[in-house]
Amino acid sequence: MSPIDPVTLAVLKGRLEQIADEMDATLYRSAFNPIIAEARDACHGLYHPVTGATLVQGTNGLPIFVGAMAFAVKAVIDKVEREGGLEPGDTFLFNDPYDGGTHLNDFRLVRPIFREGKLYCWLASVGHWLDIGGNVPGGFNAQATESFQEGVRFPPVRFIRAGVMNEDILAILSANARVPVSNFGDLNGQLNALDLGERRLTELLDEYGDAVVATAFDAFSDRAEAMMRAAVSALPDGIYPFEDYLDNDGITDQRLTIALDLTVSGDSMVLDFSRSSAPCAGPLNIAYSTAVACCYVALKHVFTDVPANAGCLRPITFVIPSTTLLGAKAPKPVGGYTETILRVIGVVFGALAKADPSRATAGPFGTINALSLAGHRADGSRWVMFSFFGGGLGGNPESDGLNHANNPISTATIPPAEILEAAYPVMFTQWALRPDSAGAGIHRGGVGAIYEIESLTDADVFLLGERGRFAPFGVAGGLPASLNQFFWQSDEGEQSPPMASKVANVKIRAGQRVRLESPGGGGWGNPLERDPQRVARDVRLGYVSAETAARDYGVVVTENGEVDESATIALRKGAAA
Amino acid sequence: MNAVVGKIVGVDVGGTFTDLFYYDEDAARFRTAKVPSNRGDEAIGFLEGLKTFGPLAQLGSIVHGTTVGTNALLERKGARIGLITTRGFRDVLEMRRRDRRNTWGLWGDFVPVVDRDLRLEVGERTMADGTIREEINSDEVKEIARTLLARGAEALAMVFINAYANPANELKALAAAREVWPNENIECSAQILPEIREFERTSTTALNAYLQPVVGSYLGKLNQALAQEKFSGKFHIVQSNGGVMSTATARRLPVRTALSGPAAGVIASAAIAKAAGFPDVITGDLGGTSFDVSIVVDGETALAAQTTIDFGLVIRTPMIEITTIGAGGGSIAHVDAGGLLQVGPESAGSRPGPVAYGQGNTRPTLTDANVVLGRINAERPIGGKLARLDVEAAKAAIAKHVAEPLGLDAMQAAEAIVRVANGKMAGAIRLVSIERGHDPGRFAAVPFGGGGALHVGALIKDVGLKAALVPRYPGVTSALGCVIADIRHDQVQTVNLLLDQLDDAALDQRMVEEAEASRAVVEEAGLSVERIDILFELDMHYVGQTHTVSVPLPVSLQNGTTGTTAFIVREAFERAYQASFSRLLPGVPAKIVNLRTAAVGRRPHFDLSALAPEASASLETARLGGRPVWFDGDWHDTAIYARLDLPVGAVVHGPAILEQPDATTVIDPDLVARVDDFGNIIVERAI
Repeated sequence: MSPIDPVTLAVLKGRLEQIADEMDATLYRSAFNPIIAEARDACHGLYHPVTGATLVQGTNGLPIFVGAMAFAVKAVIDKVEREGGLEPGDTFLFNDPYDGGTHLNDFRLVRPIFREGKLYCWLASVGHWLDIGGNVPGGFNAQATESFQEGVRFPPVRFIRAGVMNEDILAILSANARVPVSNFGDLNGQLNALDLGERRLTELLDEYGDAVVATAFDAFSDRAEAMMRAAVSALPDGIYPFEDYLDNDGITDQRLTIALDLTVSGDSMVLDFSRSSAPCAGPLNIAYSTAVACCYVALKHVFTDVPANAGCLRPITFVIPSTTLLGAKAPKPVGGYTETILRVIGVVFGALAKADPSRATAGPFGTINALSLAGHRADGSRWVMFSFFGGGLGGNPESDGLNHANNPISTATIPPAEILEAAYPVMFTQWALRPDSAGAGIHRGGVGAIYEIESLTDADVFLLGERGRFAPFGVAGGLPASLNQFFWQSDEGEQSPPMASKVANVKIRAGQRVRLESPGGGGWGNPLERDPQRVARDVRLGYVSAETAARDYGVVVTENGEVDESATIALRKGAAA
Repeated sequence: MNAVVGKIVGVDVGGTFTDLFYYDEDAARFRTAKVPSNRGDEAIGFLEGLKTFGPLAQLGSIVHGTTVGTNALLERKGARIGLITTRGFRDVLEMRRRDRRNTWGLWGDFVPVVDRDLRLEVGERTMADGTIREEINSDEVKEIARTLLARGAEALAMVFINAYANPANELKALAAAREVWPNENIECSAQILPEIREFERTSTTALNAYLQPVVGSYLGKLNQALAQEKFSGKFHIVQSNGGVMSTATARRLPVRTALSGPAAGVIASAAIAKAAGFPDVITGDLGGTSFDVSIVVDGETALAAQTTIDFGLVIRTPMIEITTIGAGGGSIAHVDAGGLLQVGPESAGSRPGPVAYGQGNTRPTLTDANVVLGRINAERPIGGKLARLDVEAAKAAIAKHVAEPLGLDAMQAAEAIVRVANGKMAGAIRLVSIERGHDPGRFAAVPFGGGGALHVGALIKDVGLKAALVPRYPGVTSALGCVIADIRHDQVQTVNLLLDQLDDAALDQRMVEEAEASRAVVEEAGLSVERIDILFELDMHYVGQTHTVSVPLPVSLQNGTTGTTAFIVREAFERAYQASFSRLLPGVPAKIVNLRTAAVGRRPHFDLSALAPEASASLETARLGGRPVWFDGDWHDTAIYARLDLPVGAVVHGPAILEQPDATTVIDPDLVARVDDFGNIIVERAI
C-alpha cells in the first residue's frame, strides 16, 4: 500500500476542495463590483511552498485564473527569496501582468501558511477589480500602446506584515482608482476569503497532521499526471497544426495569427506556438504564464476528468517564444488579453479536433466584448457601466452548442438588466437571441445575442471585442458562425467602428443607443446531414431564417414552418454534388 | 377562527409507496399505513390508504406532501404555456444568466419550458425607478393572448421589465388578458415574485404557469375523489418552505410545491429531535441516487431564497434548504484512470438497482458493499419486493471492479466503498454545518427514509457529531411531517431603501401592510392554530455590493405597528454581516434591498410520546440472534434486534444491527444505542 491509503486520500481531496470552494463563495458574496459578485471573475487555491505549483483548486474558480495562479504564487516566492524576511501573518498584493499576473485589473493576494515555524504552503486569492486608473474607465483601452496607459502596476508588495496592514499602500490604491470604494470592498472580500481559508486549513491540518496532508498533495499531483498521460496516450501520434486570427491590435488594422503545432508522441504532448505573430503595438499581447494558463483551460475542457492541479501539465512541453505576442514582456500592453486567450484556447480545440474528432468542439463565439459606457448623472456624479457579453458555444458530437453562454475562460454570469438599470442611467431596449448567428452543422452552434442599450445621459463608449473579421470556426464539416457587430447612433446616423469591434471614446448623447450583436458558435458536422425536421423547427422558432436553411442546410421550409420534402431532397442532391 | 375537530391524516406520495400517518388529536392516538403508489393516477393509492383508517367522512383534515410538481419539473412534463414580455425581452427565459452546465466541458444545450414561438412581446416600458415610460395597450395584450391560445397555450404568464418597482402595467395587462383567457391559469410576475432580477423572476413565474394545469388537475381529481367519499374537512398541501397552504393557494402558486415531499420530512425530523432534546440536528435522506441533507438550528429549519431544480430551471421562493450530493444506495463504485476509488455520481437507481438485486446490473454499488459486509440482511430485504439478495454476485462485482484495481481483497474493497461514501456524506454535512460556522459537536444526525441509518456511525465519527437519532418510523417521517407542519405564507417586496435616509414610519407602514396580507392568507387556510407569528427579514448590503445578507429583524407586530427604527435595522444588519464575513465596512452606506415577510400559524402541540413502544416490550423478545458483520478490517459477531420491539430505556452496545421493515440501523463496535421515551434510537459514542 502507498504511504497514504486511497480512502483517506479521497476524503482529503473533498475536504481540501471544499476549503477553496468556500473561499470562492465568501468573496462572491462580499465583493463590491459585479464582475466578481455576479460574473465570478475570481479564484482561490492552495499552492506549493517551494515551487508555487497548484496543490488544490476550488471547483468553481474562474478557469483562466486556475491556470495562472501558480505563476502568481511563484512571483511572490521569488521576491521572498531575493529579499527574505517572510513572517507568519504576511500578505502580499500585486497585479503585475508580466510577473505572474494577467492584466492590471486582476489583483492577487498571496498569504503564507506557517506550521511549527516553517512555511507549509501558500493561500492565494485573485479577483477582477473594477478600475485601477489608466486612460479608459474599467481598463479595457483598445488603443493602448504601453502598459502605463492601462492603469497602475503593482509588483508583489507586502501589504500586510505580520498581521499589520500597510495603510500607505491602501492610500496609493485609493488615489489611483476612479471608484476607490469598490476596490476597497473587493479587497476586504479577498481578505475575508483568505482569513477563512487559513482557519479551515489549520483545522484540517490539526485533525489529519501536516505530514499526511503533504503526502496527499503529492499524491493528487501524481494522479493528475497519470490521468493526463492516459488521455494523451489515447490520441494517435502525429503533428496537428491549427491557426486562427485576431482582427487587429486596435492600432493597425492588420490581422494577427495565433498558430499552434500540436505534437502527440506516446503519453506526452508538445504545444508549439512559434509560428504566431510577433508582439503587437496594441493591447492584444499576453505573457508566457497567461498563454500556458490558456492551454490548461482548453485541455481541461476537453479532458474534463483530469483534476485541476499542476500535475496535469507535467506531460506537456510548451514552446512560446518571447518573439511572439504570446510571450510578451513589459511594457507591451496586455489590457485586451481576454480576446487573445480565447483565440489560444480555440486553436487548442481546433488542433485536438484533428487528432480526435470524437472529442471535437467547434469554435465558441470567442470574444469578451468588454463594453463600457461612462458619463455623469444630473447631480454631477460619475457613472461607469462595464460588462462582458455572451454568445453561442460550438456544436459538438453530443448536442447543438448552448445558446447565449459564457466564454470557456470563465463561469461568469451576466448581471441582470434590471440590476444594471437600477445602478446606472441606462435602458436596455433589446436583450435577445440573434437569429442566423450560429454556424450550421449536423449539430449547429448555439446562437449569439443582441443587446441594445439607450443611454439616459450623454456618455462615452468604449468597446474591446473581436471576431469582427474572422468568424468562429466549424469542425468536422461544420460551417463557421457569424461575425461580431457593433453600432452606435449619432447625429449623422448609425456608425460602426473602423477597427471592427474595437473603439474608444465615442460620444453619444442622451437618448441615443448602442447595439452589440455577438457571434454564435461554429457548427459540428456537415449541415446537409442535419435532420430536416430539426432545421424546420429552428426556422419556426426563429433561430435560423428560411434563407439560411436553404443555403447552408439544403432544407426548404414552407411558409407554415413545415419541411418541403421533395424540394429538400432535390436541393441537398444539388448541394452534395 | 373555527377549530376543525382533530382527526387528521398526513399523506406522503412517493415514487413507489404512499405513506400515511393518521392522528386523532382528542384521543392522542395514531396509526400508520403504507400502500403502493399508482404513478400517473396517484388518487387511487391516496384513497386506498385513507380508507384503511375508516370512512373518510369522519376525517377533519388531510395534509398532503406531493411530488407531482417536482416530477413535472424534473421530467419536463408541465403544460404548454404562453409567456408575454416587454418588447425586446422575450428571450430572457432562454438566455438565462449566460451560464453553462458545467465549469469544465462545453457540451450540452438547454431547452426552455416555453418554446420561442409561445413567447410574445408587447409594447410597454417601466423604468428602474418605477416611472412608466410607455403605457400598456389592453387591446394589444388581448390580441397576443388570443394568438397564444390559438397556438395551444393552457396557461399564461406575464413578466415585464422592472415590474418589481411598479406593477401597474403588468396588472393592467393581467386584467386585459383575463377577459379573453378561458381558465384560471394566468398570473403576472408582480403577483408571484415582486423582486428585482428579471431572469429569476421570469423563470419562477413561467415555471409556476408550467405547473398550474398539472397541479391544478391533480388537486382537482383528488378533491373530486374525496368529495365522492363524503369527505367534508379541509384539504391542505405542504409547501417547499415546510409550511402548509390551502389547496386554493396551491393552485395559484404551484411553484411553491416543488420540494413539498422532502420538506415535510425535514419538518418532522426537526420536531421529533427537538422533543427528544436535540434542537440542533442535521437531517439526511439517503435514497437510491442521492443523499439530501438539511440543517435545523434551535428547532428551526433553514430556508434558501432560491433553488435550481435543473440547469436553467430556477425557482426563487423560500424553500427548505436541501443540499444534495450524488451518493445513494445505487451509486456505482469504480476506480478512475488516476487510480482513485470513486463512489457515484453515476447510479444504478432502483432499476436495475444494485448487483445484489439480480436485475441485470453488474457494477458494484454502495448497497452491494453494505450487503457484502453483512450490514444489510440479505435474507430480508427492505421494501419486501425481493425475496433475498445475491451476496455472492455483489462480492464478485466488488472484487472485479474495485478490489483488483486497488490491490485489496473483496472485503477490504467493500469496506473502502462504504468509507468513501461515508466521506461524501460527511462532506455534505460539513457543507451545511461547519462551513456555515456551526460547531458539529452540537448537532445530532437524523436519518429518515430507508437508508441513512446504515451510516450513522461514520457520520458521528467523521464529522464529530454529538449523536444520531433514528426516528421510530423513519419511513413515515414525511407523512408525520404533514400532520405537524405549521401553516405558512411568505411574501417578498423589493424596496431599495438607503439606511441613512430611512423613513422609520414609512417602512413600518409597509411592514404592517405586508404582515396583514400574509396573515390573511394563513387565516383563510382554516386549520386550527394556537397563534399566528409574523416574521420579518430584510435582504441588505453595503451600497455597491450586489449580493445581500439576510437580516432577521427582532420586532413583532403589536397594536398596528412593528416599532422598527433605523437604529434597530442597523444593529441587526451589522450583527448578520459580521456573522457571515470577518470585516464590517464602516463609512460605507448600507441599503435595504428586499423586505421579506412570513406569517406562520402555529399548529397545536403534537404529543410525540404517542409514538412510544408498548410497555410490554422487552430486550429479550426483541433479540433475533446474531450474524457475523464486517467492521474495521475483520468479522465481528454481531447481535441482531427487532427494532420496534425494543423497550424504552433499552441499551444496546455495538456491534449490533437493529432491523425494522423499512430501515436498518447499524451500531458500530465503539458506539452505543439507547431507546428514548419516544421510541427513538439515540446512537452515541461508548464511554
